[in-house]
Amino acid sequence: MSEDQHLHSDPQETPSTETTDLSLSRRGFLKGMGTGAVTAAVAPAIFVNQAEAKQQSITELPGVTDTRIQLRINGQTHTVDIEARATLASVLRDQLEITGAKVVCDRGECGACTVMVDGRTAYSCTMLALDAQDKEISTIEGLADGDKLHPVQEAFIEKDALMCGFCTPGFVLSTKALLDKNNNPTLEEVKRGVSGNICRCGTYPRVFEAALAAAQKMRNGG
Amino acid sequence: MQIKMKKVKIVTRRRGETTETWIDVPDTGEEGWGDVAGMKYVGQRHQRIDAVEKVTGRAKYTYDMKLPGMLYGKILRSAYPRARVVRIDASKAAALPGVKAIILPDDEGAADLLRRECRYAGQEVAAVAATTLEIAEDAMNLIEVQYTELPFVVHADKALESGAAQVQDDRPNGSEPRVNEQGDINVGFAESEVTVEAGYKTEVHTHVSLETHGSIAHWENGKLTVWASTQAISATQGGLSQFFGIPNSDVRVIKDHMGGGFGSKLGPRPEYAVAALLARKAGVPVKLMLTRKEEHITTGNRPDSFQNVKIGAKKNGKLVAYRRENFGTGGIAGRASIPGQPYLYEVPNFRVEQTDVYTHGGPQTALRAPGHPQAAFAMESVMDELAAALDMDPMAVRQMNDPDETRRNMVTLGAERFGWDKRRATPGPATGIQRGMGMGAGVWGGGGGRTKAEGVIHPDGSVEIRCGTQDVGVGTKTVIAQIAAEEFGLTLDDIIVKIGDTNYPPSGGSGGSTTCASVSPAVKNTVQMARLKLFDTFASSTFGVSPHDLEAKDGKVYVKSDPSKSMTWQQAAAQLGDEPLVVQGQWVPGLSSSGVPAVQFIEVEVNTATGVVKVVRVVAVNTSGLIMNPLLWESQVNGGVLMGIGYGLYEERIMDPRAGYMVNPNLEAYRVMGAMEIPEIEVVAYNQPERGVIGIGEPPFIPTAPAIANAVYNACGARVRAIPITPDKVLAALAERREG
Ligand code: FES
Ligand code: FES
Repeated sequence: MSEDQHLHSDPQETPSTETTDLSLSRRGFLKGMGTGAVTAAVAPAIFVNQAEAKQQSITELPGVTDTRIQLRINGQTHTVDIEARATLASVLRDQLEITGAKVVCDRGECGACTVMVDGRTAYSCTMLALDAQDKEISTIEGLADGDKLHPVQEAFIEKDALMCGFCTPGFVLSTKALLDKNNNPTLEEVKRGVSGNICRCGTYPRVFEAALAAAQKMRNGG
Repeated sequence: MQIKMKKVKIVTRRRGETTETWIDVPDTGEEGWGDVAGMKYVGQRHQRIDAVEKVTGRAKYTYDMKLPGMLYGKILRSAYPRARVVRIDASKAAALPGVKAIILPDDEGAADLLRRECRYAGQEVAAVAATTLEIAEDAMNLIEVQYTELPFVVHADKALESGAAQVQDDRPNGSEPRVNEQGDINVGFAESEVTVEAGYKTEVHTHVSLETHGSIAHWENGKLTVWASTQAISATQGGLSQFFGIPNSDVRVIKDHMGGGFGSKLGPRPEYAVAALLARKAGVPVKLMLTRKEEHITTGNRPDSFQNVKIGAKKNGKLVAYRRENFGTGGIAGRASIPGQPYLYEVPNFRVEQTDVYTHGGPQTALRAPGHPQAAFAMESVMDELAAALDMDPMAVRQMNDPDETRRNMVTLGAERFGWDKRRATPGPATGIQRGMGMGAGVWGGGGGRTKAEGVIHPDGSVEIRCGTQDVGVGTKTVIAQIAAEEFGLTLDDIIVKIGDTNYPPSGGSGGSTTCASVSPAVKNTVQMARLKLFDTFASSTFGVSPHDLEAKDGKVYVKSDPSKSMTWQQAAAQLGDEPLVVQGQWVPGLSSSGVPAVQFIEVEVNTATGVVKVVRVVAVNTSGLIMNPLLWESQVNGGVLMGIGYGLYEERIMDPRAGYMVNPNLEAYRVMGAMEIPEIEVVAYNQPERGVIGIGEPPFIPTAPAIANAVYNACGARVRAIPITPDKVLAALAERREG
């Protein structure tokens, strides 16, 4: 009976109220990074961050005011009006329709939203677009040189390192970032290099093969 | 028209009913697929035809689409496992700038979709659409809902206790047991010289498709177009037309690329209907994609299983009696049955008794080989325990009792590749880091049917194949192009493959390892007819032969008996004049079959101090009859094995019994394998091309978890009877061994 012991003896008499106010869930999440995983796992409300509930109107809150920013993406400058709380992922995808990066977990766990910021991989779901100003952003769309694929892309195709392909942009960029630093990695180093990415179709063994093959291509001059 | 036709009988069995229909197929003089060894495309390794789109980020998934003026939808869900909505006020949400539509449970059309009576944490209560996703989220959180919380139960064993909260109003939590028996188990156990009895448990796990469920709904003049991340466009069309009371022809469902489904996207989904309702109310398209949390909680799962098993054998290992009592929960959907025979083996006396249990949890849906991994885990574990009790090699005990010759051959093949002869005869010590070997097996049906296709040859020589199937990421499009290229003597680049649209000839859902066996014969039939009809326009006038005497190869059309008489494919197509040639074909018997075993051998490393298990090496032996594309096939086998390792070692839905919701609906606490856990996998094909095409999605997933459990036992003597085999369970089993 342990399961039922906590229940109200007469549930009819004990209504409880769901959250009545807003939660800027995105902002709350970004603020709470680090402890986010733990609290989300035990928070009583599963879809609503009730702790953030406030008696203010939306427009008075910081984070929702529109801001005009410029982003350098794949060598081009884009001017966009964003809500200050917008992530880089949402600006790329929803506003600029650059959709190669996918938001899969929305909390830095899966790597599907990977982009390069100043030459390093970054999870675009956990980066504010505001913080991406004045930086060089490159996405999967910018990797090929016109019709000429990057050696990593070629190797992914040859080794069939993709199935549904939803995780693929992230894996390709993580692999590329690894090979930029180390063009002769061991299998173990490859695994570590893509350990921030998740694939549910199970392409990992072939991603490893592709990474090693691409490394060879790159050593041989692409 | 000189094309000879012949009649063939199609026998279909659905829900126990057999129907026979006769259809005309072209008599090509060829039977089956022919000898694929000499073919260029069919049965050969070819890269995916959509790979470039996928590696460049150009592939557009439902999730990536944006229509002009489109709004974003969100669903407000019950935070309580069982609750009654007593008051709902959306006025604050409605006042928020950017909010364009709100639907509440009492609104027209919302019945059955949005609920005042919630039976699991995550059930749909209200929905909003707004100009941005962020505003939609804000608006959702501004909807005031007052709930009355009611008693609930979220675990199957607790739900069967007396006094447990009842899930469905009209029936008890536990179903009447379904019994399946043969012989007399009392006699059988009396005759047995060795018996083993044990309880096994498997957990609920979820699909974790990387692209969540979702759709974009667009109404125009009373007609609905839906872009959906679905494994079943036809079923989605049917479901939506029924829901809105409009003809099938007024609903069009489109799906191009999709980010996985694994069984959870096989039917019309409530969130598709919610998006369509919002779109109708707002008068503009609405996109509604679920979050990762919603995906875990609401879109389905594999039921858990509690299985009490007793098995009896003669001293020589021959099985005599088997009894299994099992129950499990599919949440509010009940249905948790697993195959109702002694899985895989022949036992003269058996009795299987199964109970489905309702709990206040998200509904189960098909997940890669429904029921089979649960059955395999208990059966293949108990066989291993029996072998230990008999002091025999578990492989020998299996082989002696396995009626399936193919599987026995696959076991022999796999054992050799794996090096089963190097397995320790008795478990290693419960100290240090130990390695061990285990094996497991499974079986799956699959099979094909219910598919039509259309082939179009344009006068300029371009070719299109259209089929209302869907590519869930396995390479269906590529296989279609391979078949057409082979028959037309063209290259993969010459074939335009159009699928994933209900405007094309219908096919079934892509699930149960049936797609390849359904689509391949239909495409083959279609292109064969198209080729003959094309040849018929000029065979006798140009070459003075029958269309059957011509052949298409390497971009040319030849007279078979005199290859010097030829024309290019373009010249041949030009004979059509102004009109393209459009031919419809369908699935025909003789090119596919069903029923495949699967076998796996696994080596693990167990750290007896920490209880951590690592899979080191896997040999997976599978058969698919004729393998259409070995490159893609191997990828699917890898995928099945890896999901199987996840099921065996890492993944489980954890429900808080006091709060009644899933506590790990993310990708961190719900542990999907990452790169560091990937073992070496050897994929072995047991070739049976004479059987025609058979699917491969499910089989490689089934044997993995028990093979791991058996390897853990072999490594260190820890018998873990519950998956996932987490370190705590290994340590507990080791303690038991040391004590016992
Ligand atoms: S979506 Fe950004 S890491 Fe998963
Ligand atoms: S290819 Fe489908 S998730 Fe990786």
